[in-house]
Amino acid sequence: MLLFRNVLNCAPYSIMNASELKRGESAKIRHVEFNELQNKLIEMGCFEGNEIRMLYVAPLGDPIAFDINGYILGLRKEEARLIQVVKL
Amino acid sequence: MKKKERHIVLVGNPNSGKTTLFNALTGLNQKISNLPGTTIETKTGHFIIGDQQVKITDLPGTYSIHPKGEDELISIDYLLNFQKHEIDVILFVADASNLSRNLLLYTQVADLGYPTVLALNMIDFAKKKGISIDIEDLSRILSVIVCPINARAEIGLDKLKETLLKADAAHQTTFFEAGDNASNYHRYLQLHLLNLIQNDAEKVANNSRDISEETIARYKKIDKIINVVQKKNVNAANLTQKIDRILLHPVYGFLVFFTTLFIIFQFIFKVADYPMIWIETIFSTISGNIKQVLPEGMLSSLLADGIIPGIGGVVVFLPQIIILFTLLAMLEDSGYMTRVSFITDRLMRKFGLNGKSVVPLIGGMACAIPSIMATRNIENKKDRLITILVTPLMSCSARLPVYTLLVSLLIVDKGNSWLDARGLILLGMYLLGFIAALLFAFIFKLILKQKHKSFFVLELPDYRKPRLKDIFVTVKSKAGDFVFNAGKIILLVSIVLWFLASYGPGKRFETIEKNYSAYSGTDKQEKIQSEKLEASYAGMLGKSIEPAIKPLGYDWKIGIALITSLAAREVFVGTIATIYSVGDTDDEQLLSKVLSEQKRIDNGKPVYSYATILSLLVFYAFAMQCFSTLAVTYRETKSIKWPVVQMLYMTGFAYLASLVVYQLCS
Repeated sequence: MLLFRNVLNCAPYSIMNASELKRGESAKIRHVEFNELQNKLIEMGCFEGNEIRMLYVAPLGDPIAFDINGYILGLRKEEARLIQVVKL
Repeated sequence: MKKKERHIVLVGNPNSGKTTLFNALTGLNQKISNLPGTTIETKTGHFIIGDQQVKITDLPGTYSIHPKGEDELISIDYLLNFQKHEIDVILFVADASNLSRNLLLYTQVADLGYPTVLALNMIDFAKKKGISIDIEDLSRILSVIVCPINARAEIGLDKLKETLLKADAAHQTTFFEAGDNASNYHRYLQLHLLNLIQNDAEKVANNSRDISEETIARYKKIDKIINVVQKKNVNAANLTQKIDRILLHPVYGFLVFFTTLFIIFQFIFKVADYPMIWIETIFSTISGNIKQVLPEGMLSSLLADGIIPGIGGVVVFLPQIIILFTLLAMLEDSGYMTRVSFITDRLMRKFGLNGKSVVPLIGGMACAIPSIMATRNIENKKDRLITILVTPLMSCSARLPVYTLLVSLLIVDKGNSWLDARGLILLGMYLLGFIAALLFAFIFKLILKQKHKSFFVLELPDYRKPRLKDIFVTVKSKAGDFVFNAGKIILLVSIVLWFLASYGPGKRFETIEKNYSAYSGTDKQEKIQSEKLEASYAGMLGKSIEPAIKPLGYDWKIGIALITSLAAREVFVGTIATIYSVGDTDDEQLLSKVLSEQKRIDNGKPVYSYATILSLLVFYAFAMQCFSTLAVTYRETKSIKWPVVQMLYMTGFAYLASLVVYQLCS
């Protein structure tokens, strides 16, 4: 188990959810999980290969706003969790 | 030979400047009307290009051809059932500063095969953001005529109009081949739509996978196009993000929000005061003149005591409505309303609502009717339904005259300071409505079944300076609607009420006159009047419900006002004035003085005691007394069930709450 964790830490990049990005961090989208919302997210520009940047968190900690292709998209944390990203 | 009218349909993403373009093209020559045989409203306008008559239909903004919410459904349904609407040209508006996402819908619409023109809007704004677009390349690759425009400054519109006349060739390029099971895109989409409308969960889920694949395939093509036609300098200054840093700040965010609300209230209560006084004066002068000019009798009485005060009662709060609608339209157009949704979503979610519910709720302070229509952009059906059900609990402008009268009975005006106690009570009434809305939203959240997951995916558009012309058009249409809808009801009610209060069954009136023939006191006329009222049809009605409302602290006279204001709350004030035969209905101070002198027959205590007034305030805050709202709820939910639920829960709760308040206070 410990070894496994080390391997992950040593990886040149790590996979995370868009909800875990910190303010100002940019990431490349790897995958959007399939559910009812998937295609709404894709339509709004959250699809594999696209870059997103975390802009701000709402005062109550949720939702979060991202910069996608130069426009601002607000998403609930729950929804941002569906988006797998690799930090740039 | 007269040419056939050309029909242009305006399609585009929300926030692409579509409405601004529509307003720029049509000016004030536009109206909202139902599609024949449906309850679906569309906005149409007319203008002339050369000698060609043009009709233009503005469809609600949509992000994709696969509808997610009610407003998107309206647009897509319209496009797919084109034979009915005979579309000559589609005018697609795209936001140049956000080209890739706008092109998604463009490629979908283009695949429908209509003659299409692409208007590339906000190029100036894109430049400021460091984006430049090669229009010739874009036009060549998409094989469509691209017209660069600036709808706000009305630049490039002549060229666009010319192009709209010429565009006749059906669109040939296909961006995406629909699967084998559908021979063309149109049929493929119609099938999806059918599954969606029939609510077939399994098929919808299957479609959903297809749609995701389709969308990704389209974006891949669009990416290639963007790489050729667009140059981007990322380091350009971004004003919107700078403003957001303050407006979405953990502390300042809410501070700005509450300050905004406070300013709106100040405007409603203080600024609207002056024009309201002028309007009151005008109407009471008209009433007075009619009484002098016309011979005494039915007509004079109907006009001067029924119709004119009735109309005056609506027109008088037009200033408040205009101010409220104007301020809300400005907040909406500037892009701030989406930020309000964004910062309140977390809170709203706890009550079964959605950040997007905030806009209708705030709008509900003006009028529930347009606000209920504004719920169409809430994608989740349950969130939307709950928002529709609770929006009428927000204290609307029709309650304002009722509150104003009752509060003036509660507290005598002591001066003209900026923060007077009456204002505070009024603010409290608005707060009470908001708390009740949240409470019932929470109850509905527990009761109603959830079919789909609630979600919140919201574009936060760039801040723009609100455009005066657009605001004017919005306010004119909304305030006009309000006056017209409320006006119809009030006119009708005031005529019926006048009749009910002026006539009684049998020879009751004559008997009263006879009884008083020997009486010579100075209050003879008033005594006759009040006995006649008691004997009239209206009096009988009021008496018949008296047992039910006595526990709330109301007598039969208030009962009459309750009945007449069933269709529209604001009728209350006029009715009370008629009942106590205060000739000059628009004189609030006189009316409140007369009311405070009323005594109960059985014990001689004042009718309008604190307990009764508070009980009435609470009743008017919660009760559903607006037929227009019920009608719009019916239209938006397409079911008779929901207006009935709305009526029962609101009025039932109002009854209980008033009962508790009266029994505790008396």
